[in-house]
Amino acid sequence: MHGRPRKPLKAEDDAKSIAKASKLRSLQNQFLNYHRNQIFSREALEVSAELVKINPEIYTAWNYRKIAVDKFLEAVSDPVLIKNIVDEELRVVENALKQNYKSYGAWHHRKWVLGKGFSSLDRELWLLDKFLEADSRNFHGWNHRRFVAALKNIKDEEEIKFSEEKINNDFSNYSAWHNHSRLLAQLVKRDSHGNFPNECGLSEESEKLLKSEYYLAHNALFCDPEDQAGWFNYLGLLDLTVAPKAPLLTASWPSHGSNLTLSSIVQPGFCTSNGCKTSISRERVFPLILYFNQAVEGVNNSTVTVSSTCIEKRHLNWRPLSTDGLGKSKSWITYMSVPDVANPLELCQFDVSVGDSQGIISLNGYHYGLPTKFEFKLNPSSSEYSRREVNHDMVVWKDECFTKFDSLILDLNLPLTTSSHQRIGVHNRVHATEWQLDTLKSGIDLFRCLLSITDCKIGRLTLARLLTSYNIMVDGFPCTSKGSQWEEVLDLFSSLLKMDPTHAHYYKDQHSMVLIEQVTSDRDTLLKHCWHHEKQTSIGSLSNVWLRLNNLSLSRIGSFERLLWVQMLDLSHNELRSIEGMESMQLLTCLNLSHNQFGSFTSLEPLKLINSLRVLDISHNEIGGHSIDTTRYTCSSPLTHAPGVTWDSKAFVGDQEVRSDNWELILIFKNMPLTQLDIAGNPGNYEKCRTILIKALPNLKWLDGVSVE
Amino acid sequence: MGDLVVDKHVQYILSVEKKKDSFESLVMEHLRMNGAYWGLTALDLMGKLGAVDRDMVVSWVLKCQHDCGGFGGNIGHDPHILYTLSAVQVLVLFDRIDVLDIDKVADYIARLQNEDGSFSGDKWGEIDTRFSYNAICCIALLHRLDKINIEKAVSFILRCKNLDGGFGCTPGGESHAGQVFCCVGALAITGSLNLIDKDFLGWWLCERQVKSGGLNGRPEKLPDVCYSWWVLSSLIMINRVQWIDRDKLKTFILECQDKENGGISDRPDDAVDVSLCV
Repeated sequence: MHGRPRKPLKAEDDAKSIAKASKLRSLQNQFLNYHRNQIFSREALEVSAELVKINPEIYTAWNYRKIAVDKFLEAVSDPVLIKNIVDEELRVVENALKQNYKSYGAWHHRKWVLGKGFSSLDRELWLLDKFLEADSRNFHGWNHRRFVAALKNIKDEEEIKFSEEKINNDFSNYSAWHNHSRLLAQLVKRDSHGNFPNECGLSEESEKLLKSEYYLAHNALFCDPEDQAGWFNYLGLLDLTVAPKAPLLTASWPSHGSNLTLSSIVQPGFCTSNGCKTSISRERVFPLILYFNQAVEGVNNSTVTVSSTCIEKRHLNWRPLSTDGLGKSKSWITYMSVPDVANPLELCQFDVSVGDSQGIISLNGYHYGLPTKFEFKLNPSSSEYSRREVNHDMVVWKDECFTKFDSLILDLNLPLTTSSHQRIGVHNRVHATEWQLDTLKSGIDLFRCLLSITDCKIGRLTLARLLTSYNIMVDGFPCTSKGSQWEEVLDLFSSLLKMDPTHAHYYKDQHSMVLIEQVTSDRDTLLKHCWHHEKQTSIGSLSNVWLRLNNLSLSRIGSFERLLWVQMLDLSHNELRSIEGMESMQLLTCLNLSHNQFGSFTSLEPLKLINSLRVLDISHNEIGGHSIDTTRYTCSSPLTHAPGVTWDSKAFVGDQEVRSDNWELILIFKNMPLTQLDIAGNPGNYEKCRTILIKALPNLKWLDGVSVE
Repeated sequence: MGDLVVDKHVQYILSVEKKKDSFESLVMEHLRMNGAYWGLTALDLMGKLGAVDRDMVVSWVLKCQHDCGGFGGNIGHDPHILYTLSAVQVLVLFDRIDVLDIDKVADYIARLQNEDGSFSGDKWGEIDTRFSYNAICCIALLHRLDKINIEKAVSFILRCKNLDGGFGCTPGGESHAGQVFCCVGALAITGSLNLIDKDFLGWWLCERQVKSGGLNGRPEKLPDVCYSWWVLSSLIMINRVQWIDRDKLKTFILECQDKENGGISDRPDDAVDVSLCV
């Protein structure tokens, strides 16, 4: 029993309780009898009224009364009689709500009666006011208010005012805040839909609305920094301010202005079409990847055009990088054929234009913002291509194999930076407006001030969020000098870890995301993590740049839009559990995930989409060591039922080796084009699965450091 | 703190079934199908499902079915999606789904879907994302997902998403942990979890953990053991469960046990309830 103290019953309570029970028993029996025989006499209706008064949750009795009301209403036409019937029903509901104001059945019955249109909605609002005064957080009451407001066609502006009054009565009324901010967001959305007065999609009117909302939100947070009502409201408001409305292209591979040589991009064995198939094509193709600021749909030959000086326009097969079959993703890929040219020294120019015609749409229904163009050049020298073949040497990740990159040599076509601010060829991450920056700046000042008065968790967290948004915005903003404040953000998250250990992992994850953002934010910091591998020159190439983000205590990784070019990545000795989003790294050839905290094979799902992956180290993790697989539900498998995904479960189960303890292993690895896999040192003891793995991975040459042959 | 007193809990659950005449049992008579599912699942988790008479339960479940295919919460009560799901779950638990005319039940569910993708609880038209979950879960258990419009069902659920990342009963409704579970669960079954911002929702969910270690259902509310299920399973489904403190929660739940009589309550020292034993 919720909210009722546990205590032994006294004798007199016992007697009372027996009497109460026998009354209820008798009412329920009588009612079920009337219901079964569909008797709607006055006496029968009184029994049901009495019953819902004692037990408002008994849904069948409400259904019974609905049938009765419909019958009675059908029989009369006199408005007075109709009113009597309806009023009686509302009175029965009121009695029931007095007993249990959280009864779904009673509230729905009331709505049903009001929906008939014979009742005074003013009286209803008056009653609701009383009700919400008594219990200001009752979500049934608020839902009912929204229902009545819609029925009565009350304007959103008026309802905003109503919620604001409730907020002013009590700053910690989360329900009122919720109603207030949802209406505000509705107004802003209505205002900006399909119409972009400025680049972030807010009109002056909306900016004004948000400004006054900030005033209220700051007041609440500063009054009581411990109150969660203010926390979530502020976060929602920040999201309304900075979250991109229209989808935009934020990165691509090849990147704008890059000059590519064939040897740096062509990997033998790219799959060409229809996703990952078992047959590996040796066609001369290279990937073209588009990365958007949010998940989009509708990338196709009419929304994206690719033209080249040396090949004819062809139909391109674009596909979203996701396994869920929903047709929406942040990153999209197609494969281009390498042109055959007579003169091997001739450069091919490619022009890509995104969003010329409408059709690229975000999850929220916004259309692609400004049409974007970018270009790159390719040297299709075929002699280099023919030299390249798969390397059969085992890749060794030992520190002594790596030497620091000489930055002078790295004057190549590495798309290490993304800043280019022309309208054409733009790869900006965010188009910030003065208003957005001013809002963030004044927020930052205010929260610094708050922290100087009183040190509190939400103050630190909000400041960290504001600084993060601000840093990302100025990064893509042409007229502002780059004042990166990542160090401060990292310090804030580190201090939160100590201040609020209950949510330590949340702060840890945020810290990791910011760290990656910092590392990738400019060429110089990124160069510090670029290494040269002495023994490996031919596996993958891109001039043999190995990005080593090992030993950084990372629990998450992100900023993939800046890592699209990476072919060799070392993430070993971190605290990773997930590689959500890594599917965008379509050039990845060698990946070291050893000595992390991956708990299951399903957490490696993004790798299934990376057809270029050859070398994978997942040794020394926690795979098979947890009873609950927390990535099972985000991983597409025969257990999910996405409409676009069909699993031939018979073919899957038909594999004799598939057993309940290793089906996930097969799910992830089956037909991956890996040549080298390290899996030792996991609690699941997958050494026994050697034969299964060798069968599942047809190209495998090395397993746990031992040659497969 | 201490251990889970398994034997006491088994005794408690079995005794609930015998004390049918108390006021507390009578008030809940109409949702006995839910109670059966909760109690039997808890017994199953403790490895004690053999303690009940399987055939008796199955024949009682069938007596609650109506001609339309749906199930009522007890004999003589009207059909409703809430109890139809529980009935199917109980039969699945006993591995006796074969006693059903599967298409008839699935058609009943499919008929409850509305034009906008939402589901009504029964023919009287109450709409709630709880029913979206009930419908999707039930029809998935019956392997008949093709009978409903999944795309529309998902888009309705997304319309119930709020600025704080959580979900409400209907579009505009306030976020609530139980409702979040229903929506996240439905999205998980349909493989649509990529359509939500998991970090955003994850922060709201992990902040349900209060100082005592327990979890509440909405901001600024008291903790309650039932939310351990709603919040925890939602966090697991979006792979963010490490964001709360596991040990503190365990301590809180164990403190809510009635160690003498068995059963678990919403908060330490409150009265026990069979739904919470799951």
